[in-house]
Amino acid sequence: MASQGNTGHEVYYVPESSKLAVCATIGLVLTIFGAASGINDGTFGDPNESTNSWFIFWVGLAFFAATLFVWFKTAITEHLAGKNSAQLKRSYVIGMQWFIFSEVMFFFAFFLALFYIRWFAAPWLAGEGDAGRSNYLLWGDFSYSWPLMQTPQDAIGGVANQVMANNGVFSGPERSMAFPGFGELFKWLPFYNTVILLTSSVTVHWAHHALLHDDRKKFHQWLTVTVLLGVVFVGLQILEYYEAYAHYGLTLETGVYGTTFFMLTGFHGFHVAMGMIMLLIQLLRSVMKGHFTKDDHFGFAASSWYWHFVDVVWIFLMLVVYIF
Amino acid sequence: MGAHGPAKGLSRWLFTTNHKDIGSMYLWFSFAMFLLGGSFAMIIRAELFQPGLQIVEPEFFNQMTTMHGLVMVFGAIMPAFVGLANWMIPLMIGAPDMALPRMNNWSFWILPPAFALLASTLFMEGGGPNFGWTFYAPLSTTYAPPSVTYFIFGVHIMGLSSIMGAINIIATIVNMRAPGMTYMKMPLFVWTWLITAFLLVAVMPVLAGAVTMMLMDIHFGTSFFSAAGGGDPVLFQHVFWFFGHPEVYIIILPGFGVVSQIIPTFSRKPLFGYDSMVYATASIAFLSFIVWAHHMYTVGMPIAGELFFMYATMLIAVPTAAKVFNWITTMFKGSLTFETPMLFSIAFVFLFTVGGFSGLMLAIAPADFQYHDTYFVVAHFHYTMVAGAIFSMSAAVYYWLPKWTGKMYNETMGKTHFWVSFVGFNLTFFPQHFVGLAGMPRRIPDYNLMFADFNMMSSIGAFIYGASQLLFLFNVVRTITHGEKIDDPKVWDGAHGLEWTVPTPAPYHTFTTPPEVKESEAHG
Repeated sequence: MASQGNTGHEVYYVPESSKLAVCATIGLVLTIFGAASGINDGTFGDPNESTNSWFIFWVGLAFFAATLFVWFKTAITEHLAGKNSAQLKRSYVIGMQWFIFSEVMFFFAFFLALFYIRWFAAPWLAGEGDAGRSNYLLWGDFSYSWPLMQTPQDAIGGVANQVMANNGVFSGPERSMAFPGFGELFKWLPFYNTVILLTSSVTVHWAHHALLHDDRKKFHQWLTVTVLLGVVFVGLQILEYYEAYAHYGLTLETGVYGTTFFMLTGFHGFHVAMGMIMLLIQLLRSVMKGHFTKDDHFGFAASSWYWHFVDVVWIFLMLVVYIF
Repeated sequence: MGAHGPAKGLSRWLFTTNHKDIGSMYLWFSFAMFLLGGSFAMIIRAELFQPGLQIVEPEFFNQMTTMHGLVMVFGAIMPAFVGLANWMIPLMIGAPDMALPRMNNWSFWILPPAFALLASTLFMEGGGPNFGWTFYAPLSTTYAPPSVTYFIFGVHIMGLSSIMGAINIIATIVNMRAPGMTYMKMPLFVWTWLITAFLLVAVMPVLAGAVTMMLMDIHFGTSFFSAAGGGDPVLFQHVFWFFGHPEVYIIILPGFGVVSQIIPTFSRKPLFGYDSMVYATASIAFLSFIVWAHHMYTVGMPIAGELFFMYATMLIAVPTAAKVFNWITTMFKGSLTFETPMLFSIAFVFLFTVGGFSGLMLAIAPADFQYHDTYFVVAHFHYTMVAGAIFSMSAAVYYWLPKWTGKMYNETMGKTHFWVSFVGFNLTFFPQHFVGLAGMPRRIPDYNLMFADFNMMSSIGAFIYGASQLLFLFNVVRTITHGEKIDDPKVWDGAHGLEWTVPTPAPYHTFTTPPEVKESEAHG
């Protein structure tokens, strides 16, 4: 490849026409349509009538996944063929950085919801401040505490409760997932998840460090450890959800505590799973194909940025969902 | 690679990675959506031609106002400017193409199915979305028709398209500028798009979050927007407008950029106050994040909130006024000519300022208690959306069409389009200020007799404006098929910038190696 100098410039590689985008569109649209109609069947449909919505969803998803596989494979092949100039590699770096920023903003929406509910909405329902003056008319016996163990609907009881239940029943949980105090720290599952995820951020850094020193063996070791920690994290979170549903009476439908708890930790867990798959793919690329060199390993670097990002989100979750 | 031309037939468009092809597809798609959203508007205005219910059922009327807003905002205006960005940014900064060409094609191709999904809801059981384009809970959750699920996923796809498009634009501008094209030499259209793209990446995910919360409330028993479970319907408005207010700048900033290109050309003077234009754009973008609750003065916010959002909103007038003064000062003592793009641009400056002033009135919290949800609001935002975004878009098409096609449009027809649009637009929306101030609520199919005359004027204006868009379509098609051929790279004698250094029509591939940026070609 020509180097970038004062006289000549590298040619920026613009791929020939490509079928990837159209295939990805077909896959995505089938996936989304299948999901939308499947969800609608569940809520509004006749339970005795079988539909093929979820079949469309799975076919679409499989096709979409296959397309993405080919897409990444194409990009990697082009890279290995030396088509990607330093400038084009920077485009990938910028793309990944801004993609992570967009993910940050997605989580921001849910944190915004949590803060709004905890600082404003729920205290107002309990009669706090000027905005709470309608409390005695609507939600007389409701008092605010977080985690919200008793919903406004629970608090009013009687006929009003019956009327309201026509729009859905929101009854508070029996127990919450909140921090139980230092005495019970070691019986508290999120403590282990915190240790696991923070450790995995360190191990992925060590893997990166090993790669920078061309120590392939240590790179594989630490990356494997990172992926396994990710698996354990997701496993423990599934266990936590099982506990919540089976023994805590804590579900999506137990008012706004259950809502924010499951949505925030759920989206985070989904992102951990995605990050884990990304890192696993990088591991397989290195083990099976010998990809990456010490100064050229964007696929791994991007995945590790993503991994650090889910780690940072977890720290915020720990603080505002579990502890405070 | 390099010199090859476009493929033949449909596969050229389906499989293309070329920024000019993708730009053209965006532009044609957005025009199709403009006509679709426009036809919904015609139904609305036909119903409102006189008091009483004559043409459509109220339930269908609600679907029309909702779909009109959604299709125009997400289908017409946003993709139109993305199309312009695709065509012009690589040409303006001396790049061979967009930074990520295959993703660019994907960003476009997921849009048509998303809008097909959205439009198909009109034929579903229970009808299409009927809760207004702002889809406030609980209208859009507890009381929504089942088709809302398709609406939600449609919005997800549109958001995905916007985010990918925006990331592509950021990567292109940050990474693909020709040597010598420093940030402060970039044409203002490129600057405004860089800032717009930042806003898109920042707020489209928040919209995705809002519709996801709706989905969960509707189908999975969560209580984000239900007070019975400890949530709050007002939460929806906060999340929505945290997206929604930056969104209005996403719509208008590229228009600012277009006008900042056109006015210097036809004034034959460099843009006055280039640096201040850049800083003003950045200030507007920053302020747009801290003013969202001015859409919600009447929901019962604490007084401290009302005051904060009132003052923050009024602050936006400062950088916006700086821009208006700069445009006017650019024209001052210029050697002005009034070709069609210039006419649209001057109308933009004038009419957008009218919209800005009514915005300032709406920003005053106690006054907004009177104006809220009246036709005054409708008049206000159509002065910014139509006379702002759409007029600047029309200006852009006339300005760059010769460069795109190598043919000159017919000036008489262009001017006719302008004057008919101008009269039609003002006849439609100026009277709406009066009926709004007199108390006519928005989003209703019937109204008090005392509003009859102004509404009839409004409807006649709307039909004129609608018809003028068919003239626009005719002009563009006629230019492509029968336009007078030109080969002057510069097209307009006052034009500056790299896009005017490539041949006319612009070849399929331009700047495969970066050009040298001369001082005279930097922003002018």
